[in-house]
Amino acid sequence: MPQVELAGVQIDVDDEGFMTNPDQWSREVAMELAKDEGIDELNPDHWKVIEFMRKDYMEKGQPPTIRRMNKVGHIETKLLYQLFPNGPAKKAARISGLSKPQGCV
Amino acid sequence: MTNQQPEPIKKVSIVISRGSLDGVYPGLIMANGARMEGIEATLFFTFFGLEAILKKRVKKIKVATVGNPAMHMPTLLGALPGMSSFATSMMKKEMEKLDIPPVDEFIEMVKDAGAELYACKATVEMFHLAMDDFLPQVDDILNVGTFYEKSAGAQIIFT
Repeated sequence: MPQVELAGVQIDVDDEGFMTNPDQWSREVAMELAKDEGIDELNPDHWKVIEFMRKDYMEKGQPPTIRRMNKVGHIETKLLYQLFPNGPAKKAARISGLSKPQGCV
Repeated sequence: MTNQQPEPIKKVSIVISRGSLDGVYPGLIMANGARMEGIEATLFFTFFGLEAILKKRVKKIKVATVGNPAMHMPTLLGALPGMSSFATSMMKKEMEKLDIPPVDEFIEMVKDAGAELYACKATVEMFHLAMDDFLPQVDDILNVGTFYEKSAGAQIIFT
């Protein structure tokens, strides 16, 4: 399994850079992943999304769709695209330490 | 021989020309999918595709149970009153399980994701419609020439 060093810790990732072990995640790791995704700083809105995504992933076993983030997370689509430009579902999932979203929506 | 990665797609222009459930969803899923990959997306609704953006019709889109061999249903059965509504309702339940939104919600989502939505001028004139008849997410009514201008640099996908 490929490994990458983030925030001084060895992290297991898949071929596309998504974490394979959610327990290795920390806020510092998230900040490093965010920089890698072109997001220099994570503001409170970013963290709100990340926290919801992690909580939902633990419950459902898969990253939430954008629609679920709207309905259950009460996070607007427009805001998601502003916070995580060019691929909110994928970027936010990666930064949150989740697997790559597999759905079509 | 050099091993080059193919160029990622930057922009798509999707035409929706049919008004059934199966006629409208592929285009919407492709537009939403494009935006999720950071690809610019323009949706162009023509002919019966307008059903998806008309305030009065968007909640009434159905799947055909007659003349639709892929329904696996004998024609006489498919023609029974209520059959089309029944098949549509079954399909909608399955889509809801997969978190695929109903058409009007999908249009809102795709717009919020940054796609542009247009109605075809020729069809609008043919059906005697106006901007007022359309959902608020529709940006404008365009002729085919302007559609091509807006599709510069884009892959055009006809559905």
